[in-house]
Amino acid sequence: MKILVPVKRTIDANIHVRIKSDGTGVEQENVKMGINPFCEIAVEAALQMKEAGAVEEVIVVTVGQNVCEDVLRHGLAMGADRGILMETDQSLQPLGIARVLEYVIKKESPQLVIAGKQSIDSDNNQTGQMLAALLGWPQGTFASKIEITLDHVKVTREVDKGLRTLSLQLPAVVTTDLRLNEPRYLSLPNIMKARKKPIDIINASELEINIIPQLKTLKLEYPPKRNGGVRLASVEDLVDKLRNEARVI
Amino acid sequence: MGILIIAEHDNHILSESVLPVVSAATQLGKDITILVAGQDCHKVAEQAASINGITRVWLAEAEHYQHQLAEELAPLIVDQVAKGINHVMAPSSTFGKDLMPRVAAMLNVEQLSDITVIVSEDTFVRPTYAGNVMATVKCEGPVKVITVRTTAFEPVNVRDSAAEIISINAAPKLGVSEFVEGIVTESDRPDLNTARVVISGGRGLGDAESFKLLEKIADQLGAAIGASRAAVDAGYISNDHQVGQTGRVVAPELYIAVGISGAIQHLAGMKDSKVIVAINKDPEAPIFEIADYGLVADLFQVLPELSDALSK
Ligand SMILES: Cc1cc2nc3c(=O)[nH]c(=O)nc-3n(C[C@H](O)[C@H](O)[C@H](O)COP(=O)(O)OP(=O)(O)OC[C@H]3O[C@@H](n4cnc5c(N)ncnc54)[C@H](O)[C@@H]3O)c2cc1C
Repeated sequence: MKILVPVKRTIDANIHVRIKSDGTGVEQENVKMGINPFCEIAVEAALQMKEAGAVEEVIVVTVGQNVCEDVLRHGLAMGADRGILMETDQSLQPLGIARVLEYVIKKESPQLVIAGKQSIDSDNNQTGQMLAALLGWPQGTFASKIEITLDHVKVTREVDKGLRTLSLQLPAVVTTDLRLNEPRYLSLPNIMKARKKPIDIINASELEINIIPQLKTLKLEYPPKRNGGVRLASVEDLVDKLRNEARVI
Repeated sequence: MGILIIAEHDNHILSESVLPVVSAATQLGKDITILVAGQDCHKVAEQAASINGITRVWLAEAEHYQHQLAEELAPLIVDQVAKGINHVMAPSSTFGKDLMPRVAAMLNVEQLSDITVIVSEDTFVRPTYAGNVMATVKCEGPVKVITVRTTAFEPVNVRDSAAEIISINAAPKLGVSEFVEGIVTESDRPDLNTARVVISGGRGLGDAESFKLLEKIADQLGAAIGASRAAVDAGYISNDHQVGQTGRVVAPELYIAVGISGAIQHLAGMKDSKVIVAINKDPEAPIFEIADYGLVADLFQVLPELSDALSK
């Protein structure tokens, strides 16, 4: 069995993002970039299945500019077998990305796609579900546990009111939540080895896939700033303020 | 032209999350339909029909809608859109986030997640980068498929209407996914999303046992209990309590953060609360930068004292 893991390059989770002075986007120059944390969890999940013997090959794929090769190398250094870069300079939105991934899946015929549930930049939480829709496959979103059998995958999902377990016919799309696993650290020898692993580069703009954005960003702005208030000396003070000043208890 | 709202429910009770979505919908137009799809869920349709401001309820009952699986609901919704719907809306709960992208892709349109402001019928504001950058986005697709951040819209609270309930045909069963089991966290406390007061614990609590200190205060205040990711990861409390960028988003009158440092991912889920209290022993903790009232102290000392002071 083959697993395909789409990965995205995002600004590092610890960076305080700054809007560019012309308002067209966020500052990316000299900003630390890396693999989206949820995508990293997805790679780890696929590798654990491979190590358990249920899977022969793990392929990482990304859609974007050539700089995105670094997140493929990250996946390869974790242990993925090969990478595919669907290269384009077009700015991308989830449906466009899902369409490009659909193309890769038709070509590679994996039985399972494991994707991150959301990327920490656009916070959309859409691509996996859209891909499942385009393929007509079942979807197991926000997974905290995945068990694979011969022709099904059992997915425990984190939902607002607890947990929900579904059984999906393969092929299927699964998206990962934070508690699925803890991704492994990259070792130096594995980083070296990853440099030699194959990456196919396909020009996505030349394919007959509609990736033209439908959403137009008109404006970016910071949310209203909250100012810190006062430090109090005692619990009594606190209760007094909450009762008599803020009047919330 | 019409607006279609997808109701979240458990075949018995309509989720409160529909109320802010109706309120958002009324900013977009007058012809509002709520779709209730489930099994033996006529009661839910009646609850939906009582919400003021809506025009009608569509009721689709079938065995394969019992668990509201996205695979089964999406084709049903797509069928309805052909009836002249130009906005499809759902709450940005895990239910809406699971379902709506699937609907959008089947309609060949991009989807708008977690909108907080309606600028016009095709332009919306939504948070990105953990709520640190608000994006105003214009949607050029013929149908707008939207999830609504429920804390950003005042819920419709008048429910004395009786809109028409119309039964509609179910779409054929796809049968590619099956519900196995659900573990619902039962609690007598108010729901995180609608609670007036939320008290949340972080890694500083140290263990699951210490969360009991929070529970006592929660009961005194009628509060819901939240948590940071670190507290959930460490197993102090179950996942459905996680507040933040990738958990629940809350905006209560009062949010009390105990032993939480205030990482941007946590702030993303609570910084729109009206009053924020931080209790942390580290005076440098970033949570103090957004707290209205800060107490630099050991939580193990503060919590029992707070409980005593509240009972006075
Ligand atoms: C992709 C991604 C998504 C994430 N999503 C979320 C999310 O949705 N929600 C979320 O919360 N986090 C999320 N995080 C994690 C986030 O970055 C932080 O790691 C997390 O919020 C830290 O939790 P904490 O504040 O409880 O722990 P810590 O940062 O360890 O803080 C513990 C605090 O407790 C204080 N403390 C310790 N002992 C005491 C005591 N005795 N008395 C008083 N104070 C004490 C300490 O001073 C410290 O400030 C996410 C991270 C990533 C990368």
